[in-house]
Amino acid sequence: MTIRKADSSVKQGDLLNSQYRRNIGWNGKTLKEMREETDRMTAETGFYAGLQELKLKESDPIRFEKIFSKIRGGVVHARETAKKVAASPIVEQEGELCFTLYTPEGDSVLTSTGIIIHVGTMGAAIKFMVNHDYEVNPGIEPGNIFCNNDCQIGNVHPCDVHTIVPIFWAGEVVGWVGGVTHVIDVGATGPGSMTVGPVSRYDDGYQVACRKIGQNDTLSQDWLIESQRSVRTTKFWLLDERTRIAGNHMIRDLVLSVIAEEGVDAYKQFIREVIEEGRRGLINRIKAMTIPGKYRQVSFVDVPYRHTDVEVPPYAKIDTIMHAPSEITIDSKGQMELNFDGSSRWGWHSYNATPVAFTSGIWVMLTQTLIPNDRINDGAYYATKFTLPYGAWMNPDDIRTAHSYAWHFLVSAWSPLWRGLSRSYFGRGYLEEVNAGNANTSNWLQGGGYNQYNDIHAVNSFEAAAEGTGASAVKDGLDHAAAIWNPEGDMGDMEIWELIEPLIYLGRSIKPNTGGYGKYRGGNGYETLRMVWGARDWTMFFMGNGYMSSDCGLMGGYPAATGYRFDAHQTDLKQRFAKQLPFPQGGDPYPEQHNYEKNVHAEVVNRDKQTITTETIYGNYDLYLNYLRGGPGYGDPLERKPLDIENDLNGGYVLPEYTSKVYGAVITCDLDGNYHVDIEKTEERRKEMRSERLQRGKPTREWMKEEKDRIERKEASVQVRHMFATSFEITEKFLDDFRTFWDLSDSWTLIESEIEMPTFGSGHKHSNKR
Amino acid sequence: MTNYDKATVEELIDGTIEFYKLKEMLSSFKDPGRFDTYVSILQERVPWKERILLPYSQHLYVVLKEDGQRMIKCDCGHEFCGDKENWKLHALVYVRDNEEKMSELYVKYLAPDTEWQVIREYYCPQCATQLEVESVTPWYPVIHDFEPDIDAFYEEWLGRPVPDPHK
Repeated sequence: MTIRKADSSVKQGDLLNSQYRRNIGWNGKTLKEMREETDRMTAETGFYAGLQELKLKESDPIRFEKIFSKIRGGVVHARETAKKVAASPIVEQEGELCFTLYTPEGDSVLTSTGIIIHVGTMGAAIKFMVNHDYEVNPGIEPGNIFCNNDCQIGNVHPCDVHTIVPIFWAGEVVGWVGGVTHVIDVGATGPGSMTVGPVSRYDDGYQVACRKIGQNDTLSQDWLIESQRSVRTTKFWLLDERTRIAGNHMIRDLVLSVIAEEGVDAYKQFIREVIEEGRRGLINRIKAMTIPGKYRQVSFVDVPYRHTDVEVPPYAKIDTIMHAPSEITIDSKGQMELNFDGSSRWGWHSYNATPVAFTSGIWVMLTQTLIPNDRINDGAYYATKFTLPYGAWMNPDDIRTAHSYAWHFLVSAWSPLWRGLSRSYFGRGYLEEVNAGNANTSNWLQGGGYNQYNDIHAVNSFEAAAEGTGASAVKDGLDHAAAIWNPEGDMGDMEIWELIEPLIYLGRSIKPNTGGYGKYRGGNGYETLRMVWGARDWTMFFMGNGYMSSDCGLMGGYPAATGYRFDAHQTDLKQRFAKQLPFPQGGDPYPEQHNYEKNVHAEVVNRDKQTITTETIYGNYDLYLNYLRGGPGYGDPLERKPLDIENDLNGGYVLPEYTSKVYGAVITCDLDGNYHVDIEKTEERRKEMRSERLQRGKPTREWMKEEKDRIERKEASVQVRHMFATSFEITEKFLDDFRTFWDLSDSWTLIESEIEMPTFGSGHKHSNKR
Repeated sequence: MTNYDKATVEELIDGTIEFYKLKEMLSSFKDPGRFDTYVSILQERVPWKERILLPYSQHLYVVLKEDGQRMIKCDCGHEFCGDKENWKLHALVYVRDNEEKMSELYVKYLAPDTEWQVIREYYCPQCATQLEVESVTPWYPVIHDFEPDIDAFYEEWLGRPVPDPHK
């Protein structure tokens, strides 16, 4: 007998499966077939899954809303309940967790509150399993538990660990539920969840690539053993995992009870319609709040890796700048396109991102402005077109990239979008929605070692969840209040942080002058002075912006202040305490006065702009200043109301001399130490300052000639030139536009190889071109 | 859906609105009538006659000239350019590109390092209002922030023709 060629390649297992295994998708399909069908119908019709009519919603809107409310309420409830299982303050105090319900093929149906960036990332992990035939091997069965934290599959950074379980009804997968928590440590090269130091994927820590980790609702023993041996903070890891499983199972039970009540056909119809409704909802919201047109903005992040305190391989020792130019196009139909052409290349640092991190995470920001409701699902994604240039930092053309602190670039790139949309809110009169942007949400105090309990430990202080927010067109930004990546975050209780970290608080204060100035100022950040206490051995590092401010101000307001670092090593604080001598306390409002140093002797003091460092050894009684940034300002500072300036002065939000220099305020201080602004004299001084502006300002086109000369001479720092060179190489149009704007000849160019820095890795991009 | 009266929108524009009223505005569905109320208030306040088509930015408007041209105009009366152009190219600019200039704004250690970033302040050549601030790298092209599609906005979203100077 002749064996057919096609049959010769079929393995015995496949034959068995095709004969006896029943497909788990709907109507006898595989999940992969369902995925392909949904994508095809969406592409062909422009409606999600081809749903031109919302039959359930339109025929019985009350029932539709009832199903939505029941599931949404249950998902939020599951989050609130499950987070009490966790011991990690990142989860329990800061709410860094989220649960999302998905369709069988991995589209998100609805989500809880929390870090909703993962509305799409866990969906990407499900799609990966669907497309890689997990249905056949390793099999998808009731009671299975899967785990993913692999960025290149579907994640933002490895510390966001996903637990995903399928939901079965009568032998079919009716959906999935995913839970994510931000764990304290993932066993990377340095301690802390978002460590500085990884320059490649292989330094980023423990990465689990869509792995089946449990069956019959029970975690596998080999998984428990391996995962416990792969991270530093074992107890927190374990309890975080139980948090995710508890929430998932609560939601699975809820979905099954809804199906029992409503019928499986209604449920299947509902999950399709609610996504299409989300798609339409975004378009309606765009039409209700914005103006069609184009909006352009940019943000930057400094990557200062040539400094001696950044210990990385030689090819990563470069200074460069993250460049995120964005163009929002809203067309007459309300369709939004977000184009990031011109972005700089990925790099040997920890801040790269994947496209799904970008396209999924953006909703954590947009839900605070454009769609502030509970209908967050993949509908919004289907309503938006993204252009993310291949080879750029948010779409790397090399799998080796590190992602441990992808947020560093992501939030900086998203913040200007809010600023851009604010121009449309302003135009329509929705001034209450205007936001000048957001703080670069740092510093991140991280580190680890043996803690005060003699346990191996790692920390990541989520005090960064409370930064200054951007000013609006109606009022100042919020001071030390929130972070773009977690609108529900707060700074956490000092007592809790002291329990978790071997770091005593010597101060927690408002940081004056950190919010951008303006008619309405950005919210101020704050600072905490920490002293290492009780650690057996301990390292920490700094992570934030220092040489640059990430965001601009809006409509005349200034950007927020940048960062700096202060730490002190080998101090005499132990002796000072014994002798009851003064010691550093409180804030550092005048960094140039070196006031802390007046009350401590230290062998090494770092007070500079280098706010990115890798692990540094800290002994007990060493000091570390954790300074959280402020938000950008709105409007001309010379229009700030005198009463607001008085409040700033008396509240400690601005230093007196800067009210004169920036706001033109003429102030007095009474015997009780209260400041007052002289309104008439201030008005006079402001007139003078306006005259000074006219004298010092140059017609823009005149100044452009001078700047063009500098460009032709290639006169700029190495980091600036490197940034432009990588952007030019990835997006030719950006180079063309640059030449046109500056009226440069067609032969003018700038390439990486002419810059006096290593360009290791950049050579592969040609072979990876697609 | 709430519609806000003229006095409330004026309070919003002036920044005198009471916090809880503002909070309610933020949490409610948007009132489609806001644009007309808003523009009518701004129109009353400017010292010139041209019709405001769109509030473009704080102090700047896209206005309709008698000859049908659309111009970007400051509330002081200075006209920058046509609405398709970048008004910043017709403004005054002051670039803070060294430590001394930065120190007028920021405490030492809190300022951008000018090897990495400069601050560009754009002023109205007539009233000297600071209309926009860019914090960008040296060499960065002047950003054309906003190009509204006024025709589509009026005709397709507001459902009425763009105002005509002769009607």
